[in-house]
Amino acid sequence: MKRLVPLIIAICAGFVLIIANFIPYAQNWGSTAQEWFNILAVGAMVLGGGNLIKLHLMKVSAKNKGWGYSVVTIGCFFATLIIGLSKMGVHPNPIYPDYAWSGYYLEEGSGLWWIYEHMVVPLTSMMFAMLAFYVATAAFRAFRAKNTEATLLLVTAGIVLLGRTYAGVWLFGWLPESMEWLRFDNLTVWIMDIPNTAGTRAITIGIALGVVATSLRILLGVDRSYLGQD
Amino acid sequence: MYQFLKNLDRRWIFLSMLLAVAIPILSRIVFPEVVSKQAKMVFDAVESLPEGSNILLSYDFDPASEGELLPMAQAFTRHCSVKGHKQYYMALWPLGSPMVDKSLDTIRSEYPDLEYGIDYMKFDYKAGGEAVIRMITTDLRGMFPLDSQGVSLDEIPMTKNIKNIQDMDLIINVSAGDPGTKQWVQFASTPFGITTVSGCTGVQAPQMYPYIPKQLAGVLGAIKAAAEYEAAIDESYPEIAANPKAQEAKRRMGPQLVAHGLMVGLIIIGNCIYYVGRKRGDV
Repeated sequence: MKRLVPLIIAICAGFVLIIANFIPYAQNWGSTAQEWFNILAVGAMVLGGGNLIKLHLMKVSAKNKGWGYSVVTIGCFFATLIIGLSKMGVHPNPIYPDYAWSGYYLEEGSGLWWIYEHMVVPLTSMMFAMLAFYVATAAFRAFRAKNTEATLLLVTAGIVLLGRTYAGVWLFGWLPESMEWLRFDNLTVWIMDIPNTAGTRAITIGIALGVVATSLRILLGVDRSYLGQD
Repeated sequence: MYQFLKNLDRRWIFLSMLLAVAIPILSRIVFPEVVSKQAKMVFDAVESLPEGSNILLSYDFDPASEGELLPMAQAFTRHCSVKGHKQYYMALWPLGSPMVDKSLDTIRSEYPDLEYGIDYMKFDYKAGGEAVIRMITTDLRGMFPLDSQGVSLDEIPMTKNIKNIQDMDLIINVSAGDPGTKQWVQFASTPFGITTVSGCTGVQAPQMYPYIPKQLAGVLGAIKAAAEYEAAIDESYPEIAANPKAQEAKRRMGPQLVAHGLMVGLIIIGNCIYYVGRKRGDV
């Protein structure tokens, strides 16, 4: 039963969406399924939060390596949850002044806004910005022209790196009009439009065929790996 | 020299990258931009629409990609505002909603004549990603009965006659991943023929090119394309060209040029060390 019921739900939902896509009469069925999906998506967020807490609490209770980080994670999770749900510092919406919780949850000056502006924004931006430093060391230590393929890749990367800046125009500005196609900015456009598009299209079509095959296996109940092990 | 470079401490590379980015930022170097074919296609998609056209702007990115995508998003907002288009904002990412707020702040401060509910409005974030797109293609109110301020769509002048997003003349998606441009193409642009343009991160851009020109009317890839788009807007609208806040992407191209130059230099030096080492039998 534990596996059969989810299997039947998945197969039915899949067929409903396929039928709704191809038969206009059944279009509403698809819309209803989408509404259910959106409700489930909210439920999944709760499930995700619960799972996060469970894993980190287990780590803390077992005093595994780095358990202190788990304490910070749990603390931040609950602090954000409480501040966000209680709409701390949010004023009532002027349209509904009698309802204390009717204001916008990210109102400027509110608790959640403060967390967002002073913690989320700097931390996520910092994580992304650090990539530049790691890519620079990788460029120095790992990008080696060891064979023909690697050399082609490096030359292409060099052209695109310079072509995506004003250097692409400036370095070869002296070229006569008949040879302007050799400018790095023009070569970058060619690389993106022709070899890149051809390669990406082939990969995309391959992925799409794979998705169709996998979906059919799930719909027909052949592939049940998504149900888990037990 | 060979031994010095071979054993170079990585902290020197970190320092050179810091300087490569910091010096152009502090010296405010701005390089001229040549408008590429892609940037022109995106510009034309917005520009060619008559005044008052309905444009859905979905900002599907978060603060991690803000540096790369926000100037592009702001450029879209300014272009739509100056053209007098009706702007419907939404976000499929939980942290995308504050990104939309920044664009609304731009409208309020730079285009005070535009009114909320008449010229622009915002839908709040809803969980579900692609399911949200699928839903609003047929039933907008089923997903968004209210706007972000809690007002019924039937009471907002610019939404009361909108049944679903098939009523939009253009979709502008600024995307940093999934859900994003790919999902807009799959579930809105392709099945319903809604003209769509995309602004995306440099990593994503190569995956979007196969969709041009039928499923996407144009793609802006990363800050370079955003700078070109700004240049295209500047050529047509001198009042925007005179606004220093509207030149943010162009300003960010200075650090990009120097950093990319440094990267190419590091690759060349690294390979020189490799070849010398191979000759000496060190590798």
